[in-house]
Parts: sequence; structure tokens; C-alpha cells
Amino acid sequence: MRTDSRAEPASPGAGPRSAVPAGPPSAATRRLGRPGRPGRREWLLAAVLLAPNLVLLAVFTYRPLVDNVRLSFTDWNISSPRAEYIGFDNYVEWAGRPDSWKVLGITLVFTVATVLGSMLIGLLMALVLDQNLRARGLVRSIVFAPYVISGAAIGIAFQFVFDPRFGMIQDLLGRAGLDSPNFYQDPDWALFMVTTTYIWKNVGYVFVIYLAALQGRRIELDEAARIDGTRPLRHFFRIVLPQLKPTTFFLSVTVLLSSVQVFDIINVMTRGGPMGNGTTTMVYQVYQETFVNTRAGYGATVATIMFVILLVITVVQVRLQDSSGLERRRPRR
Amino acid sequence: MTDSTPVPLTAALPEGAGVDAPAPRRTGRQATRRGVSGTVLGYLSMLLIAAVILVPIAFILLTSLKERPDIYTQPVQWFPDSFTGQNYSTVIEDVPFVQYFLNSVLITTVLTVVQVVLGIVTAFALVFLNFPGRHVVFLFVIAALMVPNQITVISNYALAADLGWRNTYAGIIIPLAGVAFGTFLLRNHFASLPREIIESARLDGTGPFRLLFRILLPMSWPTVVAFTLITIVTEWNQYLWPFLMADTSEVAPLPVGLTLLQNNEGSTNWGPVMAGTILTMIPILIVFLFLQKQMIKGLTAGAVKG
Repeated sequence: MRTDSRAEPASPGAGPRSAVPAGPPSAATRRLGRPGRPGRREWLLAAVLLAPNLVLLAVFTYRPLVDNVRLSFTDWNISSPRAEYIGFDNYVEWAGRPDSWKVLGITLVFTVATVLGSMLIGLLMALVLDQNLRARGLVRSIVFAPYVISGAAIGIAFQFVFDPRFGMIQDLLGRAGLDSPNFYQDPDWALFMVTTTYIWKNVGYVFVIYLAALQGRRIELDEAARIDGTRPLRHFFRIVLPQLKPTTFFLSVTVLLSSVQVFDIINVMTRGGPMGNGTTTMVYQVYQETFVNTRAGYGATVATIMFVILLVITVVQVRLQDSSGLERRRPRR
Repeated sequence: MTDSTPVPLTAALPEGAGVDAPAPRRTGRQATRRGVSGTVLGYLSMLLIAAVILVPIAFILLTSLKERPDIYTQPVQWFPDSFTGQNYSTVIEDVPFVQYFLNSVLITTVLTVVQVVLGIVTAFALVFLNFPGRHVVFLFVIAALMVPNQITVISNYALAADLGWRNTYAGIIIPLAGVAFGTFLLRNHFASLPREIIESARLDGTGPFRLLFRILLPMSWPTVVAFTLITIVTEWNQYLWPFLMADTSEVAPLPVGLTLLQNNEGSTNWGPVMAGTILTMIPILIVFLFLQKQMIKGLTAGAVKG
């Protein structure tokens, strides 16, 4: 019981409070009189309680994960009951098609822009709203609010916000004497539009996490810097930012995972276009190949490739964190 | 498939951090040090931040209240001579918006109840019951967080179609019902509770259910509430899976209904579409307005001990 409870993902915040105190053998085993050998009744109860969730996860998460890989070796067309195994043909096709690399590039641009953009803007917002300002509570709520709204609703509404003829952006640009780019037809500007919309909706999440981290930082260091007369910028880079390092790593993993997976905003705003695939990310390509072009086998191939890429990136991120983050975090508290 | 909540897998925050956590020692002092120009800069930045979020929302809201000719003008008439509720009545009368709304309520309610119950019993079994392979079971549950929905949809779609689940509530709900994130959150919370109370309760011969309902849950409401709220938001906004499962208004939830509305009206008639998006946003914003602290607590809870 004890060893299990302790084997949770390492947490920098895991101070003495989270550690399970060593104590006498578990009351559960003692009650049943056989330390180390769980009672049959308890085992049964655990099985009954766990079964529904485990079955759901097995059937709807792990089974399709494996099945997706199998499908990637077929020419299945989603509606027919038959599918031929065609070996690596789909993978060969993927590697040979120019649009694969274009979609990969768009995914990369979208992901890097949304991750960097929302983390930078979210951090700046958190720094401002960490100050002692009147009404900051209200503005904090305002910043977080879009995060709880449906991405589809925001995407649809922002399509009109970006409308090159009657929208809000063209109006603001017009008042500044500028012409509006054609967000609907120019692929680069369309990508800009979905990226901006995504950041607008999700920056509140980054903001909330950074704000919590800022509020938990060590005040003594600020104090010391103040006494030393450290300049604000230097203070930020030397004292505040290093303390936010674990949070930054954490956000880079979670924000990346969710922004790679975006579907709703692209589906309602551009349907992957303009010019065919101007804003088609890999996730959107999976949907299009599978459900629009009814090439489920090929869609499954793209999905598998995407999953492998994601897995590699996440493992690299976690490795980086392990090698650079731990020593720094130790001395805290 | 699991929900797509961004998940605090590793703890990223210092202990005791939280948005509602006061930062008292810092504030007063800073104000005196910052000086007038700093304060002005602070307020200007805050104003800019608020404007970036609020101006587009105001634009959408105002558009939803405009008559059609007032929407299609250049330059934009932010405040036309008269406002109208016409777009809202169009959406409610001509489009089965009420049906979408009820579908959303039903799907969200069922999924939330099921996920909260499953999350609690799974976490309870993982922390308080003795059975072989417990660690493996825990890994099995949290590893599901790493599987993106997009890789599961193709096969799940095929399965659901085979079972005749397309355009049914069951088809939307059941594949989304597994709980990985909530199990993680609640398990960490249960593991952080003071062992002494639980040990002594069990020494008194308290049965597992009594332990759960009389002792554990009363100590866990903040975490349970936080998880419930995150689930409500996630399921209310759930898109890809219901979008694939429902292509008629019968079972489609609001975000999918909105897409159907957009397909029909599109750029030719923005008024009702804007009214529809506002109607979709309002219920969840009301929940948010009253319970944001608890919700934020849930998001930061992977790090901050609940």
C-alpha cells in the first residue's frame, strides 16, 4: 500500500505534506488478519469498483489505439466491411506526397506559434495582474473566461470578427488607415487567423497557471533584490524567471499537447482551407482523409505518424526537464 | 477516449500557490516602491488586456442584436440606431436550438455524473483497497491521458457505427465516459489526506462504503467540486466526437448544432449565427461566473495539494 502510493509522478511541490507517512501496517490488512495477503472480499470489491472505468478505457482508448495502427496497413474506406492489407503502402504514399510535408509544416508553424504566443502573452498578463492594482480580480476573470467557452462557438464568432469586408479587424485597421488582409482567401493570413483565435481562447489557461506560480514564488528573493537595488528587467530574468522554470516546462508540455490536437476552431473557421490545405494540420488531415475522402486506412496512417511524433516530442521534453529541472527545484522549501 | 482537458500531469507549481491565494506581504510594499509612472503603466496594461478580450465579445454581442442591413455596412456601425431581438427569435424558432440546448444539458449531465462517480470509486479503490497489481492499474489509467482523441476516433467511429450508435445519445456518451484525469486528481487528493483519521476509522471496523461516504467525501468536497466543474466545461464544449456521431439535430449538442446552423446560414446571414454563438456561450459563462475559483483550483490542483 505505502510503496504504491508514493510512486506517483515526481512533483516539485511534493513537500513533506504529500509524502505518505510511514506507519503501522495498513488497518485494512490488519482487520482481515493477514498482512501482505489481501482479503478476498477486498479484492472483489476493488474489482467491482474498478471494472467499469477500466473497461471503458480499454475499449474506447487502448483498443482503438492498437486498432488504428492495424488500420494504417489497410486500404479501408470507412463504410465497407472489407479491407485489404496493403503493407507499408500508405506510409510510402505519405512520405512521397508533397502535401504531407506541407501539412507537417503548417502543423509545425501553428503549434510553435500557439505555444510560444500563448506562453509569452500569458506570462506577460500574469506579470501585470500580479501587481497590486485595483480591479485586478475582475480582469483576471475576464482573461480566463474565454477558456471555458466552446471552441466551436468562438471559432464561428471570430470568423465574422476577421471578415475582410464587414468584420471587426478590418474596421479597426481601416480606422488606422490600413487595408485588411484577406483572412478568408490568403492561406498565410488564414493561418494567422486560426492561430490568433486559438491563442485568444486559450491564453487564459497559461495565465492562470503562471499567476499561481508567481504568487507562490519566494518573496524573500524579491526583498533581497529590492535592497540590492536590482533593476526591474534584471530582476525578472535573474530572479523571477528561474523560479518559474518548472511551470514553464509543465506548460510547454500541456499547451503543446492540446494545441497539436486542435480540431474545432479549424473545422468551423476554414475547414482546412483556403487553397485546399492552407490551414490543414495533421489532426485535420486525419479527419479529412478518413471522413471526407473516406480513406480511413490512409487517415489512420497519418494519425499513427502524428502519435509517434507527439510521443517523441513529449519524451524529449520530459527528459529535458529531468536533466535540467530537478537540481534547481530541490533547494526550494 | 478520454476528455481533452489540459492535464497537470506533473506538478508545476510551488506548494501553496493558487490564484485565490493571497500575496499579502508583497503588495503594499510594491505599491510604494513602484511610483506613479509604474502605476500608470500597470493600469494601462491592464486596460489593454481587458480590451483585447472584451472588445471582440462586445462586437459579437452587438452584431447579434443588429438588424441585417446594419451588420453589412462599411465602416462598421458599432451602435446602430436601433437594436433588435430578431436574430434570437430566428435562432430559437427556425432552428432547433432548444433541442440542441436540451441535448447539451442531457449529455453534459449524464457524462458529468458518470465521470465523477467513476473517478471517485476508481481513486478510492486505488488508494484504500488492497489488491494485487494496483500500481499497474494506476499506470493503465493515467497512461490513457497520453492518447490523443484523434488517434482513437477512426476505430471508435467504426465500432459505434457497427453497434448502430450513430445519432444516438449512447453513441455520444459511452465512448467519452472513461475517466483518466479525474482519477489522477482524486487519487492524489485521497493519498494526501491524513492517514491517522482513516486508519483509526478502519480500526473501529468502519466498512469501505462508510469510510468513503462518511469520512473521505466530506473531507474532499473542494476537489470533487473542482473536478465536477472541469468535467462540466469539458463536456459542454466537447466537439469532435459528437460532431462525428451526430449529423441530425436530434441528438446534436450545441457546438455541433452551431456548426449545422453555420452551414445553413453561413456568411450570408451573420445575425442569427452570432445570436447562436452568444446563446451557446452564456450557460457556461454563468457557471464560470459563480464558480471560477473552484474551477481554477481544479486546473492548478495537479500541482497544489488539494
